[in-house]
Amino acid sequence: MKKPFAALIAVAAIALVAGVASRVDGLKPWLAIVAPYGALAVLLMGLSWRVVRWSLAPVPFRIPTVCGQEKSLPWIKASALESPWSTRGVVARMGLEILLFRSLFRNTRSRLDPGPRLIYGEARWLWLGAMAFHWSLLVILLRHLRFVVQPAPRLATFLESVDGFFQIGVPVLYATDIVFVAALLYLLQRRLRDPQVRFISLFTDYFALFLLLGIALSGVWMRYFARVDAVAVKQLALSLTIFSPAVPKNLNAWFFAHLALVCALAAYLPFSKLMHLGGVFLSPTRNLANDNRMRRHVNPWNYPVKVHTYEEWEDEFREKMEAAGLPVERH
Amino acid sequence: MANPKPEELVQIQYRTPPAGWMNPAVEFRKGTFCYSALAKNLKYLGLPNPREWQPFDADWKLPPDWKRIILEGMRERLKKYRSFRLFMEICVRCGACADKCHFYIGSGDPKNMPVLRAELLRSVYRRYFTLSGRLFGSLAGARDLTEDVIKEWFYYFHQCTECRRCSVFCPYGIDTAEITMIARELLNLIGCNINWVLEPAANCFRTGNHLGIQPHGFKDSLDFAVDELEELTGVRVDASINRKGAEILFIVPSADYFATPHYYTFLGYLALLHEIGLDYTFSAFASEGGNFGLFNSHEMMKRLNAKVYAEAKRLGVKWILGGECGHMWRVLHQYMDTMNGPADFLQEPVSPVTGTRFENARTTKMVHICEFTADLIHSGKLRLDPARNDRWNVTFHDSCNPARAMGLLEEPRYILRNVCRRFHEMPENTIREQTFCCGSGSGLGTDENFEMRMRGGLPRANAVKYVRDKHGVNLLACICAIDKATLPPLLEYWAPGVDVAGIHELVGNALVMRGEKERSTDLRGEPIGEMEAAHA
Repeated sequence: MKKPFAALIAVAAIALVAGVASRVDGLKPWLAIVAPYGALAVLLMGLSWRVVRWSLAPVPFRIPTVCGQEKSLPWIKASALESPWSTRGVVARMGLEILLFRSLFRNTRSRLDPGPRLIYGEARWLWLGAMAFHWSLLVILLRHLRFVVQPAPRLATFLESVDGFFQIGVPVLYATDIVFVAALLYLLQRRLRDPQVRFISLFTDYFALFLLLGIALSGVWMRYFARVDAVAVKQLALSLTIFSPAVPKNLNAWFFAHLALVCALAAYLPFSKLMHLGGVFLSPTRNLANDNRMRRHVNPWNYPVKVHTYEEWEDEFREKMEAAGLPVERH
Repeated sequence: MANPKPEELVQIQYRTPPAGWMNPAVEFRKGTFCYSALAKNLKYLGLPNPREWQPFDADWKLPPDWKRIILEGMRERLKKYRSFRLFMEICVRCGACADKCHFYIGSGDPKNMPVLRAELLRSVYRRYFTLSGRLFGSLAGARDLTEDVIKEWFYYFHQCTECRRCSVFCPYGIDTAEITMIARELLNLIGCNINWVLEPAANCFRTGNHLGIQPHGFKDSLDFAVDELEELTGVRVDASINRKGAEILFIVPSADYFATPHYYTFLGYLALLHEIGLDYTFSAFASEGGNFGLFNSHEMMKRLNAKVYAEAKRLGVKWILGGECGHMWRVLHQYMDTMNGPADFLQEPVSPVTGTRFENARTTKMVHICEFTADLIHSGKLRLDPARNDRWNVTFHDSCNPARAMGLLEEPRYILRNVCRRFHEMPENTIREQTFCCGSGSGLGTDENFEMRMRGGLPRANAVKYVRDKHGVNLLACICAIDKATLPPLLEYWAPGVDVAGIHELVGNALVMRGEKERSTDLRGEPIGEMEAAHA
């Protein structure tokens, strides 16, 4: 239990330091101005650096993992999605992968019963948890647009109205807040309780989960309970976007804790496994068509290798070949 | 020491040691690893650090600067392969791959979970190539590269058959085969390789095939097969070697003409290609379609594969037909054209019998025999009597590579449904793109590795056992030479009473040939039986 505990402490420490520091007037600009700018800079530069470095690495071979019937004879129905042979098919396959987590949807769980008999049961909870987490995160991020764009974009207000459809409480309870926290808790308990998953988990796996959970909980707390002044938040955010930052007076400690955790996540992201958000687009087993024998793929660093030529081969076996009546090039 | 019994082996504990996985120590227990490659094979192929050693030795006699070599090798490959760099960086350790690996299911060893197999390499990547790994060490999942890590790599990267099943389930398509291939390349740089890969590779480089059969030996074998086929069918077929001017070059795995039960498939090919009057030739130089270079390094793969196009060019054929083999087709389909093409001296393959244009092979110019035969059957060019296979109750094993590298799923099934009357699929989580490896692929099919092969083959064999018990299946058909060599002992161990055959053996049985005598036996020389009463 050392790793999850250490990760929890690390996240709590970030929130606590920010909350306490926000009580000191002289430190507020550091939390409200320097940290967001710094984190954003690290995020943008880090992201581009990682993506550029990936793109610069060539794809020497076309190695899709094929999950359906190839396109071959005209009377055999080929699977355009699982074994795409055209760009359209690849885009559709990637779309399913990125938007609906197609591969994770396939998940099964194996069990060895006496007999022996191996059983493969459906195991879709991970897929459901992952979908719930990622999609609610997206909605929450888009909702936040109302803080940085004036007037609030239609998309953000629309999402707010849908998200708060049930009109519970004041301020209105967002469904995604609940789904987001629930999904994170599911993912966390899975990591802690499943012996295999716990075994493979690193400190960084827990750190990312606790960081997101900390962001969610501090956000929920300041919205529903600590009642942060949303107008002041928007003032700060807008001032940051026009590069004339000014820190409004009436922001509470919960807001600063929330902001500090977000900054930590942004700055940490390029150096972490969270880069899968960019990497998933580039995975050569998914984003290449299974058209290997139809279209030539060129390896930019293909180089000549030492081969055993026919002539060398015949030189070694000529006599035996002639004795056996096999044709030869030279007698 | 006797091999463990199935009842003992199946007592699998899926436990995780409390100390975690970062300790690299492994025990080289007899039956669970492959012997080192002989120095002569390394020398013949010009590979580094040939020497006498064994995995269970304390001293592996690594070169003095082995650590630098490995790290330089990693650096070079991170630059050359986007796959490698990406797969080192984006895994989130969700664990979806864990129980998808046949070696994990069969051994319960957590380091056989694909995610952890990759972490063995990733931990070293983090330590030497990332800032967080350098700064925070094990907290960031980083490990020092030590000799024990090399031994651990050797052990676990030779407990992966590069079957790519885990990659089907990974949300980012992380392909352990790719990681294992790179890891084996790195081990190869300091001379840590296994003989079951390098001896065939050295043979293949010299003689043209893995088994080291010399041209006159191939000729003898072919002549013998022609005689035997005449005895069985009454038809004398033509089969030539190295014949210039033939329309098609036919390349098969060498086991087809030298091992059992592959040999019956070979007879099936000969019967079929004679019956349709195909103008084809074998080659004694390109007498191997398989490519154990794939299990050693990308460079070795290219070196061994070069002969295919070179020989097609020398013989002046129009296109190339390829026999039943799994990893051979991974190389032909996904690598050959890129490595040794373009094959602009060949023509787009057209079946001379049906006129069908194989557009899916228009640049590589090599057609799989199942594609070719399925087209023949669909065009009504063959007279088939499936009753001749009535003694068989058949199921089909998708070999890893034709399934997950090519998507060759329906062609073999179409053929089977036309050449036999009883066919039952195994459970859906064990076939097609989810098929389980035989447990002996990627050069691990050697006797000293018996226990680990039986463990790795458990999921496959267990699915066979299921259809044996449920439907009375007594024959497992497949299209892979390694399958044909290693599934018989596997099934003998876990699911006795089920034989193994190639698709074209069954085609050869069912094929009604012009001028044939009344067939009383199948290609195995065994009586054509009546359909047995179905099992209860």
